[in-house]
Amino acid sequence: MSGSISPSKPVDKSNKYDRQLRLWGDQGQSKLEKARICLINATATGTEILKNLILPGIGSFTIVDGHKVSGEDVGNNFFLEKSAIGKNRGQVACELLQELNDDVLANYVDENVEDLFQVNAKFFSTFSVVIATDLNERTLLQISSYLWSCKVPFLHCVSYGFIGYMRIAMPVHTVIESHPDNALDDLRLDRPFKEFRDLCDACDLGKMNVKEHSHIPWLIVVYKYLEIWKNKNNGNIPKTYQEKQAFKKLIRSGILLNKDGNPEMEENFDEAIRNVNTALSATKMPDDVKHIFEDPECINIVNKSEPFWILVRAVKEFVKSEGEGFLPLRGVIPDMTSDSDSFIRLQQVYRNKASKDVEAVNKHLQNVVSNLSIPCIISEAEIRNFCKNAAFLRVLRYRSISEEYNSPSTIFLRQMAQRVEDEDDDLVYYVLLRAVSRYYLCYSNYPGIYEVEDDIMNLKSCVTRLLQQWKITCSIKDDLIHEFCRYGACEMHSIAAYMGGCAAQEAIKLITGQYVPFNNTFIYNAMKQTSVTVEL
Amino acid sequence: MSSDGSWPDRWNHIRKMLERGGPLAHPEFEASTKNLDGLQMLRILVVGAGGLGCELLKDLALMGFRNIDVIDMDTIDLSNLNRQFLFREKDIGKPKADVAAEFINTRIPACKVTPHFKKIQDYDESFYQSFHIVVCGLDSILARRWINGMLVSLLTYEDGKLDQTSIIPLVDGGTEGFKGNARVILPGLTACVECTLDLYPPQVNFPLCTIAHTPRLPEHCIEYIKVLLWPQEKPFGEDVSIDGDNPDHLKWIFKKSQERAQKYKITGVTYRLTQGVIKRIIPAVASTNAVIAAACATEVFKLATNCCHTLNNYVNFNDTEGIYTYTFEAERNEKCPCCSQIPQVLSFKEDAKLQDVIDYLQENASYQYKSPSITTYINDKQKTLYMTGIPSIEEGTKGNLKKSLCELGLLPGQQLIIADSTTPNSVVFKLNLGSEMD
Repeated sequence: MSGSISPSKPVDKSNKYDRQLRLWGDQGQSKLEKARICLINATATGTEILKNLILPGIGSFTIVDGHKVSGEDVGNNFFLEKSAIGKNRGQVACELLQELNDDVLANYVDENVEDLFQVNAKFFSTFSVVIATDLNERTLLQISSYLWSCKVPFLHCVSYGFIGYMRIAMPVHTVIESHPDNALDDLRLDRPFKEFRDLCDACDLGKMNVKEHSHIPWLIVVYKYLEIWKNKNNGNIPKTYQEKQAFKKLIRSGILLNKDGNPEMEENFDEAIRNVNTALSATKMPDDVKHIFEDPECINIVNKSEPFWILVRAVKEFVKSEGEGFLPLRGVIPDMTSDSDSFIRLQQVYRNKASKDVEAVNKHLQNVVSNLSIPCIISEAEIRNFCKNAAFLRVLRYRSISEEYNSPSTIFLRQMAQRVEDEDDDLVYYVLLRAVSRYYLCYSNYPGIYEVEDDIMNLKSCVTRLLQQWKITCSIKDDLIHEFCRYGACEMHSIAAYMGGCAAQEAIKLITGQYVPFNNTFIYNAMKQTSVTVEL
Repeated sequence: MSSDGSWPDRWNHIRKMLERGGPLAHPEFEASTKNLDGLQMLRILVVGAGGLGCELLKDLALMGFRNIDVIDMDTIDLSNLNRQFLFREKDIGKPKADVAAEFINTRIPACKVTPHFKKIQDYDESFYQSFHIVVCGLDSILARRWINGMLVSLLTYEDGKLDQTSIIPLVDGGTEGFKGNARVILPGLTACVECTLDLYPPQVNFPLCTIAHTPRLPEHCIEYIKVLLWPQEKPFGEDVSIDGDNPDHLKWIFKKSQERAQKYKITGVTYRLTQGVIKRIIPAVASTNAVIAAACATEVFKLATNCCHTLNNYVNFNDTEGIYTYTFEAERNEKCPCCSQIPQVLSFKEDAKLQDVIDYLQENASYQYKSPSITTYINDKQKTLYMTGIPSIEEGTKGNLKKSLCELGLLPGQQLIIADSTTPNSVVFKLNLGSEMD
């Protein structure tokens, strides 16, 4: 099966993927369809991750696995069958996974990851994302360091008893469309732009009948009364609680009265009063974005700079000049009570101003590019999208796994002593997982594989040595060490499935450049259904 | 190799949890090689064979359960395939429950999934009573409320004391885009679905006058075609109502919506948006369903084996920005109309209209009834005050809505029996009449 599209396919695809296209759009989908994913080891966790990537339609996947299928593998893995016992695990999983989606190309390599890495490390550099499960510490450090140097995103995922663990490693990840859940509107009522002022000034609330008056968008109502307020208050806008209350009262006084002297029902005025607090909050440069402007990659634009940074630089130049210290206008207004015409005209004013800002950013962009004498490969649509999302840009800088192991973050160590003794903090499971992998290095096996009680002391000493190495004094409860020995490295399907969902979505974020991945370690505690994210 | 098609080491992973004790296990847990047999005996009902249901069936089957029933009234659609991984293009149009059950039964030896291509309302107490644990993977709040009501109605009390053996635990999952939640309900002991109705935000509809007179958004234009133009023009015949799965219907609505948008200079009417508005589409993705179903399956496993404490009792999940979970104990509503055993009281003035009672039952956050019907007994004779669903009775009782409670002959302390689609059993309310209402 190939991933090529026949003429009738596009319609089908938009239907088949409809429910997710509403989350990441055609842009995100097209990036997903080009993605090449590598899975190291087709464990239950591994195949569950792949399943959740194959269903939404990645381009291709390749499983690297030298293991033969065992009886217990078939017991917890949906993509293995009894008849496969003794065969290559990657091959069997590959066949059963491929059935999920004809659009996805499937491959496998019947080789142990260690061996393949020794002879052909470069093989791993060709993927969009490399995902690994069941790696020993030595291989983990080798592969992750190599991929770090190639800038290939790496995701390591573990399901261990009732605990899940996941780590993302890549030098930097940038996000334009972060899709924040509760973004404030960008209305600029505290510093209205000329086109908006003109529109408002042309509208005379005093010369309207009730119907017209009650259909003026609240944005204009607030502007009008703000002018009155400013005239009386030396040009200042209401800031304190008392001032805002007084301002609301002023707006309320503008509601028309009927023949009996009672106020008319004017929903637009109600909306204006309701929105005073948020509408008058000062337009600000978001701290995250200020930070991004100071990033060396923005300051030192070179030939090889990514389009993201060239765009950041252009927007920064805009903010310094035309923007007068502020980002390009987003150009989107919320729905509000209004007649159609007034709303559309108001919306158009915001849109036009946003377009004007985009043009200005484009000019700066051309400047930046021509100074480097490179061709501009950034389309106008991309600039527009970038400006619209300028307030929500995200740059995530990760630490490598080698750094984590060899020079643990000082902030982390400082918190650690306190946090591992806190019963409600799942960070302690990170320490236990690290101790388990140390145990494996010492004894070539996992604690509790055969016997629980016998291994408790040895796991405990691994914990102690780890804490000594970090130079932190604290104690980890014996109960937890006992529980970890109870697990005996078991991989329960439902834990694997949970981590499979989480890991796949993080991979999709990395591939599409939309939504924000975690940074950099995620721990899931299925005993309490809690989780924690830490930067290590 | 054992007779049931199993093989050595098959259950090694879960046996570690079942055959070993530990200080973190539930106090009632006893490690034993018999625990796996016990688990395999249990009867589990999975409600819904969609995004969550497919995952749940796989998860439960691989956690050792082999007596599973699944109920779903839906058939398979192309747009299910991006996450409902037990279905293929060749299955489009077939019942979800049947295809899902067959897939699991084929893939997982000795697991027996029994499908029910039915509505949940097609079965009564005797069916639901036959399960040890019920898991819900539904997209409908109404169905969730109905199942919850059913399990609460199966509780038995002796001298006001709950008979613990009558409890059938309910594990409930829900997803929407990148958000989801999972909860464990022990009916009669912990917060039930009705105790926490306020967790579901009310559905927001556009005001009719906006749609008709002052459209501003592309959605307003589409709603206009749906609500006003379609019934007027009847484009596909007298009795043909809108079928969101019929491309001809959608194309017609799309075209008309575009025309209306153009008239008002509104931009942004697309085919995808039209589809979304008409079918009230909720975005969905494989990963969130996998996560929530897995959390539910883990809880079923814990309930079934005691190998660990269960979730207490609600978790929210959101992975739009990083991965965020929030776990909390939802509290019981002391006066829960469903599980509190406390008689419900409705307080109204004598001159209140029956319509006011209906409105109250629909709008009050702790009832949120859909289309309540009200009956009562006057002089030991049953009297239907208002009933929907059966056109002739609805027509015959509509007039009562405008009458006051006094005119209808209702007295203080009168029992009103309310039936609604959100609950399998009617709820008895005591009417508190007078001037001193709240």
